[in-house]
Amino acid sequence: MIKNILNLGDAALYCDFGKDVNKETNIQVIRYFKSIQNKNIEGINNLTPSYNKLIVSFDLKKTNFKDLKNIIENLTITNTSDLKNKKIEIPVCTHENFSLDIKRLEQILNLSREDIYKNFFDKEFFCYMTGFIAGMPFLGDLDYNMRAERLETPRVKVPKGSIGLTEQFANIYTYESPGGWNIIGNTPMNIFNNLKEKDPNLINPGDIISFKEITKDQYNNYND
Amino acid sequence: MTKNYFEIKRAGINTTFQDQGRNNLYHIGIPFSGAMDNRNYLLVNKLTGNKLDNPAIEFAYQGPLLKYYGNKISVAITGDVNFKIKRNEIIIDGKCYQTFNIQNGDELDIISTNKSVYGYLGIGGQIDLKYQWASCSTNTKANIGANNGKKLEENQKINISKINENLNNYKLDYINTKIENIRIIKGTNFDYFSEKGKKNFLEKEFTVSKLSDRMGMRLEGPKIENIVNTNIKSEGLIKGVIQVPADGNPIIMLSDHGTIGGYPKLGVVISADYDKLVQLTPGSKIRFKEVELSDAETLFKLYELETQNLISRI
Repeated sequence: MIKNILNLGDAALYCDFGKDVNKETNIQVIRYFKSIQNKNIEGINNLTPSYNKLIVSFDLKKTNFKDLKNIIENLTITNTSDLKNKKIEIPVCTHENFSLDIKRLEQILNLSREDIYKNFFDKEFFCYMTGFIAGMPFLGDLDYNMRAERLETPRVKVPKGSIGLTEQFANIYTYESPGGWNIIGNTPMNIFNNLKEKDPNLINPGDIISFKEITKDQYNNYND
Repeated sequence: MTKNYFEIKRAGINTTFQDQGRNNLYHIGIPFSGAMDNRNYLLVNKLTGNKLDNPAIEFAYQGPLLKYYGNKISVAITGDVNFKIKRNEIIIDGKCYQTFNIQNGDELDIISTNKSVYGYLGIGGQIDLKYQWASCSTNTKANIGANNGKKLEENQKINISKINENLNNYKLDYINTKIENIRIIKGTNFDYFSEKGKKNFLEKEFTVSKLSDRMGMRLEGPKIENIVNTNIKSEGLIKGVIQVPADGNPIIMLSDHGTIGGYPKLGVVISADYDKLVQLTPGSKIRFKEVELSDAETLFKLYELETQNLISRI
């Protein structure tokens, strides 16, 4: 449930679902997000679900904070039935050309690379949210022994397809972008299709993601 | 049928097609985009007899040099812009907020913006452009929108699929005033900052840094010290949000911003001041002034009224 609604500037609602970042809280956020989306409420022009927050942006010409807050507070939220979890497997190559930060992770985590990859490939991830850059999924949760901080100085350019780890999360760089996550491999799969208007995202909040190791040859010969 | 088009002889620094932007895509990581200075975008469409949501060409600092081929067409430029029209050997000095009817062989040289960042070129007709999610706004980061999501380049053509039936001779008396006090509403992490940090933010002067573009505006000035945590759990952003990373220098999110961010939110620029904010050039000095939500709403109504009033005077 929403704990508190504040204004973020004059044209957005900041809906706070509590301090904790976990699946249960995030499922609440996604449920609100989908319910509001389905209701096509006049004036709302964007919804941004994240781990434990939902930002509702609106057109100040059409509505205002007070009226919209009232509508959101009185919404009936539909339950689990509308949460369709897709299961998606992402091929990843861990060749040294792609695993830019594996040495750093071995040191920080005090694990061998074999252990790091075993842990990563054995894991099933939950998609909490997508964004920052188009289609980038934020996936969790990594085990406690796999959690590392961001790079102290972020890279100016992280290659497209890079798989990054930070804290309890993994992500996929859908475009070449600046970024500070620890890069452990690269996927040849197209995660965001900028030519598709309907469902351009391969991965959506609520989806279940696993990663499968592929060789450099399989990577080079990969076709979507 | 005669083909009507502009040939790009010089592209300018950051020349893109923009319109009202695209909605309802933050959740997949796609920002609004759209014209940075919305008022000047609307005015350029009115001056050229277009629908107000027609695409326009946005340029920054140095604009394009265009040669026109085809039947007579209306063009107009808004903002604070130096430009010339060359017709054979004659050079006509351009005036902003005025319609010019140009003809086959004319050259439109958009030399520079004057003490401002963005200007708009309106073309009286339909430009042949690709729409994505109901907008042709170019997002160069995700390569979405018109021109395959890229800036305009030299030697390209801008094809006009239809010229408006009536040529126009509109003129508007309007001068863009410069803003020095940016009004803000406190952000959701305002209390993450020390008393001195908050005081610096609301009382001291900041300088717009060179590292500013359609995604964000970086500021330099007194450091804004964080006393709680320099990171928050990543959450949504909107345009106008002022984030403060660990180095204590604020960054204001602009129209092409990343949709999610993990830095504390110190404040949010009010909607009424956004058009003026984006026009601040690197080196400009600004101060922030705090207002209440109700004031921001009233100021937006006034801004909207003034915009509508300007549109109705054309």
